[in-house]
Amino acid sequence: MDFYRAHVLVCGGTGCTSSGSLTIEEMFNTALKARGLEKEVKVVRTGCFGLCEAGPICIVYPEGSFYSHVKMADVERIVEEHLLKGRIVKDLLYVDHANEARDITTSISEVNFYKKQKRVALKNCGVINPEVIEEYIAFDGYQALGKVLTEMTPQDVIDVIKKSGLRGRGGGGFPTGLKWEFASKSEGDIKYVACNADEGDPGAFMDRSVLEGDPHAVIEAMAIAAYAIGAKKGYVYIRAEYPIAVKRLGIAIAQAKEMGLLGTDIFGTGFEFDLEIRLGAGAFVCGEETALIASIEGERGMPRPKPPFPAVKGIFGKPTIINNVETYAVIAQIILNGADWFTSMGTERSPGTKVFALGGKINNTGLVEIPMGTTLREVIYDIGGGIPGGKEFKAVQTGGPSGGCITKQHLDTPIDFDNLTAIGSMMGSGGMIVVDEDNCMVDFARFFLDFTVDESCGKCVPCREGTKRMLEILEKITSGKGTLEDLDTLEQLAYSIKDSALCGLGQTAPNPVLSTLRYFRDEYVAHVVDKKCPAGVCQDLLQIVIGDGCIGCTACARVCPVGAITGEVKGQHVIDQSKCIKCGACIPKCPKKVIYKQ
Amino acid sequence: MKSLAELAKIREEALKRVDLRTDRKGTRIVVGMATCGISAGARPVLTALLDEAQKRGLKEVEITQTGCIGVCRLEPIVEVYSEGQEKVTYVEMTEEKARRVIAEHIVNGNVVTEYTIGAADK
Amino acid sequence: MAKNFLTAENFAKLESVIEAHKDMQGPLMPVLHEAQHIFGAIPMAVQKVISEKLNVPLAEIYGVVTFYSQFTLEPKGDFLISVCLGTACYVKGSQKLIDKVTELTGVSVGTTSADGKFSLEATRCIGACGLAPVMTVNDDVYGRLVVDDVPGIIAKYQG
Repeated sequence: MDFYRAHVLVCGGTGCTSSGSLTIEEMFNTALKARGLEKEVKVVRTGCFGLCEAGPICIVYPEGSFYSHVKMADVERIVEEHLLKGRIVKDLLYVDHANEARDITTSISEVNFYKKQKRVALKNCGVINPEVIEEYIAFDGYQALGKVLTEMTPQDVIDVIKKSGLRGRGGGGFPTGLKWEFASKSEGDIKYVACNADEGDPGAFMDRSVLEGDPHAVIEAMAIAAYAIGAKKGYVYIRAEYPIAVKRLGIAIAQAKEMGLLGTDIFGTGFEFDLEIRLGAGAFVCGEETALIASIEGERGMPRPKPPFPAVKGIFGKPTIINNVETYAVIAQIILNGADWFTSMGTERSPGTKVFALGGKINNTGLVEIPMGTTLREVIYDIGGGIPGGKEFKAVQTGGPSGGCITKQHLDTPIDFDNLTAIGSMMGSGGMIVVDEDNCMVDFARFFLDFTVDESCGKCVPCREGTKRMLEILEKITSGKGTLEDLDTLEQLAYSIKDSALCGLGQTAPNPVLSTLRYFRDEYVAHVVDKKCPAGVCQDLLQIVIGDGCIGCTACARVCPVGAITGEVKGQHVIDQSKCIKCGACIPKCPKKVIYKQ
Repeated sequence: MKSLAELAKIREEALKRVDLRTDRKGTRIVVGMATCGISAGARPVLTALLDEAQKRGLKEVEITQTGCIGVCRLEPIVEVYSEGQEKVTYVEMTEEKARRVIAEHIVNGNVVTEYTIGAADK
Repeated sequence: MAKNFLTAENFAKLESVIEAHKDMQGPLMPVLHEAQHIFGAIPMAVQKVISEKLNVPLAEIYGVVTFYSQFTLEPKGDFLISVCLGTACYVKGSQKLIDKVTELTGVSVGTTSADGKFSLEATRCIGACGLAPVMTVNDDVYGRLVVDDVPGIIAKYQG
């Protein structure tokens, strides 16, 4: 076991990997070796730090110096200056957008982005090397499993989880302890534990980050769940689109087996548990638990009617519990720290913390974990650093294609399961997409409907046909052919689908439309009555015009691909709207900036 | 994995490796590693400190480098910060001296007075 | 496509995969994943073999293959261009990237060019939302794109 004076943590999450962090890691190793520092400084690849916007990210310990946007050329400097000479390279440090003074922050704990966060599910992400089981063990890993197997009865475990008030992080918010209790009381010689890692919600990536950054936490929790309900076998159903997560989980399972933390007679207690990875194949509906079961069994991933619930009749017809990745990620800590510790965070009906994937029009795109009850304003402005370019905040969309929009008036709502539902959105898996004045809400609703139509499995009529009709109406509206009656039809259709679809996907599919209709009806009306798109997104409703102040330089007429612009030299030019294809090429050419969309 | 004791042992071993990344109290040993320090031979001193600490399995100790401490003529300089105690500055260090500092000061709590800056100034 | 991917060698690989998965519960999905990997597609000829060896009706296999978007009946082009249409990328204008790619390569979403060089797909969130909008060409990731970046990227693979 080697002793090092410094650790360089390089983020190996998907965000940073995509921006080249693995090359950075390699260069660190090379640069350290060239200076003979490889015995003093260790380079560790970790899971996601959460601030993907600033990637690739490197942190140098013990100082905790937080380097962002690290480029290949910067590696030499960090090694030469910081690691060799001990001088922190200030100009490469992360600059806080949320901080007006643009103070340079030298340590990760001082960054505003992290200050209001409380990392529980993400405790080890960005701290440990996920491919080394010993590092997980060093941070109390597998202690909870040991405690459960040697000191607690299955009912004790269920009681602690029930008392903690933990609710499923996958979207539904069903109490986890109750789910376990149902499964434990179900009769059956064979039972299964499953992990739903089919994170299909566009814009949400917290489950992936947990699996990439701390896979053992999920393995340990699944073993604990298996003990609680009396199962011996578990399945992790994970999207094939997450190759890094699949690989790290595979490594973790192999290591756990080798150490005897999976397999037979774990901790000498006679308890046995084995885990298998099953890959999804690109069907969003498989995130619905009964569809997931069908997919594991080798069928088309179509939902089945409930009841019977999976706790009674699940995988291969046996009692099964299915929990989300983030739910599992907090289990071991609840066991170790107790239910009271968990309920001390968050709100009364939604204890604990929740991870959100912050994206869209926001300065700090990334992964944030906050105690429940934090307000949206804190998340968007204090942690997220506000809207880029001084634009006006319009709404934040939570819950993905199943959720809705939250507007300015609700910015001070404390976030928890019930509050979000009350204002017409939902917690969902935790995607949080910020939209600003430049986004058209009708088009935004159309985007989600397009997604659900594409992903509808086709089993039940309300979802298969209904969402398609809704999309057609929305397309009619965004192309300027809608009427006021269409809005009523849309609403009616939405409520019928909500009431009659078979599974969660269908029942929630109309939510984006309903919530935008509720809060942005004026935008819909603008589309159908005035035939205008206020945000200037819907191409068919746009007109590009040349305003007063044209000097007749002809620059616009020369770039117009269809010859729609005419006018005398040094005279006012005009655009023939019947010819204009709205490509916008003329706009940046105008020296007087009088060409604009309306 | 056959017992909790086995897990505890693995944890113990592994903790040493990840120690730098945890917020923990204890002793911090700093080696002056600016150009002057390095040219005076700070690097072998640092390596010796690391090696000795590792051999003895010291956990509550952080060994790190810093920039110029300012008394270039006395380099290599090693400073020891212990909780609740005044900083001790060792000067003109060598590998052997470094090993002795770990053994006597860090492990047994006896400052090696003869190597300190006070002794050198006399 | 002129390339022959239905080689005896590939079928031999498939057989050993089926052999390895035969005794597990619910073997169909894992076998299909492997088949897609080996052949780059799961055409009828491959489905027939799987059907016989696993003793699952061909109709059922066809149903499963066509249900999941990761499985294809025909192989993809040499360069698979995927433009992310996840929400974060969409609000940052990834639709415009797709339009530009189509304009440059003549390939529309979900199809492959006649010479088998390019395939274009609009993919679901790949999780690199911090880099939005994102597009990938095989394993190369291009992030924080504007439409004007697209011609340069395509040119790299046209060579």
